Amino acid sequence: MVDNKQQWKAWLYLAPAIALLLVFTVWPIINTIRMAFLEGYKSLEAAGGVTFSFGIGNFVKVIQYQRFLNCLKNTILLCVLTVPISTILALLIAVALNSIRPLQRILQTIFFLPYVTNSIAIGMVFAAMFNIVGSFYGTENEIIVTAGIINNVIEFFGGKAVNWINYGSSYTANITVMVVYIVWNALPFKILVLLGGLQGINKQYYDAAKVDGTSRRRIFSKITVPLLSPMLAYVVITGFIGGFKEYTSIVGIFGEAMGPADDAKRLNTMVGFIYDALSSNNQGRASAAALILFGIILVVTMINMQVSKKRVHY
Amino acid sequence: MTNKDNVTMHEKNMQQVSAKQKVGKTVVLVAVYVFLLLMALIVLFPFYWMIISSMKTLDEYRMSVPTFWPRQIMLSNYVEAFTAAGLGRLFLNTMYVGIISTLLSLVITVLSAFAFARLEFKGKDMMFAALLATMMIPGELFTITNYNTVTQLGWMNTYTVLIVPFLVSVFYIYLLRQNFMQIPNELYLAAKVDGTSDIKYLWKVMVPLSLPTLISITILKMMGSWNSYIWPRLVANDEAHRMVTNGLRNAFTDTTGDVNYPVQMAAVAIVSAPLFLVFIFLRKYIMAGVSRSGIKG
Repeated sequence: MVDNKQQWKAWLYLAPAIALLLVFTVWPIINTIRMAFLEGYKSLEAAGGVTFSFGIGNFVKVIQYQRFLNCLKNTILLCVLTVPISTILALLIAVALNSIRPLQRILQTIFFLPYVTNSIAIGMVFAAMFNIVGSFYGTENEIIVTAGIINNVIEFFGGKAVNWINYGSSYTANITVMVVYIVWNALPFKILVLLGGLQGINKQYYDAAKVDGTSRRRIFSKITVPLLSPMLAYVVITGFIGGFKEYTSIVGIFGEAMGPADDAKRLNTMVGFIYDALSSNNQGRASAAALILFGIILVVTMINMQVSKKRVHY
Repeated sequence: MTNKDNVTMHEKNMQQVSAKQKVGKTVVLVAVYVFLLLMALIVLFPFYWMIISSMKTLDEYRMSVPTFWPRQIMLSNYVEAFTAAGLGRLFLNTMYVGIISTLLSLVITVLSAFAFARLEFKGKDMMFAALLATMMIPGELFTITNYNTVTQLGWMNTYTVLIVPFLVSVFYIYLLRQNFMQIPNELYLAAKVDGTSDIKYLWKVMVPLSLPTLISITILKMMGSWNSYIWPRLVANDEAHRMVTNGLRNAFTDTTGDVNYPVQMAAVAIVSAPLFLVFIFLRKYIMAGVSRSGIKG
């Protein structure tokens, strides 16, 4: 009797969550797969009574698209550059933070600050910092006067100013700015997790190493890193997952153009491609791209897990 | 340490070694501090630059040799930013969406977490596993269909479309369930014996005991509303419902001529301020929630 009553109650409590999940999570999964496999599916036309044949045409078209390949290249490049850089930097900062007493809390707070920011808003600050000094072409025939502190600093040290993000800037310069911004943004979470891990390591290991007169470098590579490996694996995996969904940080710096004024969409990413397809009412293409993105994330995560299974010491 | 008068050779050597070690230690410590302070400067610099730029005149901002403190403090930039980007309306819209969706989301999360943590029903474990599995799927995959769904429901350009699709967060349910599981079941059974209703038990015992997690969820959800950009741009980018991030980005990309950077920086500072205030007062809860999530906002 009680059991039956509990069953009934449980479903009652879960009802709002289940109802919403069915509409906004379960149905989208089914429908996205359906749309991806209907050739050239457009929901506007479908509503008008047009039927679409079943096939893998959307996938074939998407991967033949130069624009898609470009998005894929940008996404992978940003991932491959930012995940290792931010992880190593975060590890160094976390280890350094863990070894000091005075100022530890205040520094910890400072390093967490970039997390509580709006990535579009602060992207605009970075864009201002990476501007050209003096006058330059905003578009073909419009001249803008501005000042960017980064170029000021470069010139102060005798370097040559770089056109980072403006009209006529190079792809390498654009990517460099994105890497700096994404790493800046990714550090807080990684430092938080790694520092938490470090503080959980049993002090006895270090005491034992001290008695044996082990060198600092050896302590770092033989004690700290292995014992921290679960956390390292965690930040690398979440880093890659986040990296493959990169989008808003680029909007923050380059705006919706996703590239400098003379080459819009140059820095577009996988997620950007999906939204572009959606905005032009190409649901079939958008769905296929979303499934490809999901597939890539799944494979990369599985590879990461396999690697960590061999390397991680639990 | 031993008395200076009867120091043996061996001890003298030891002292020399330890003195060397001490010097080495100090050097390393200095290096560690220099590294940390340098990194802290790099992390802080964009905030500093945002604030001083927001107070400069346009002419001062454009000087080829930059000033590191505004010569003339132009607080009027803030007034101009507030009106130019229509921030008042954007703030109200965002607050409304943030508060309503947080409240509803909390109710749904508490009820579901309670069912998963305390009640027994058929298929519980399987359903929980299925829920967790959905966390792996990138949100973009849902967006495509949800965009169609909300169009068909006639929700375009309403507050509903900004609130309802994101009310259920599997991650929050998971977080709270873990917390609920730590509360001894004996309390629940005792309450049952006393004839306390489930709802009353939830409200009087479970909720107060898991308050830190609930506060973390509240902050993360509010921050999510504040920072949301993609979904609002797709479904509610009209004047009346526009959210703060979209408004900010739109206000400074539509302009064709020269960008007034000081005013833009002032707008960015205004939008960032609430986040910093929340962070200063509720740092503990944010960090606790974030370390378990790995997602931003």
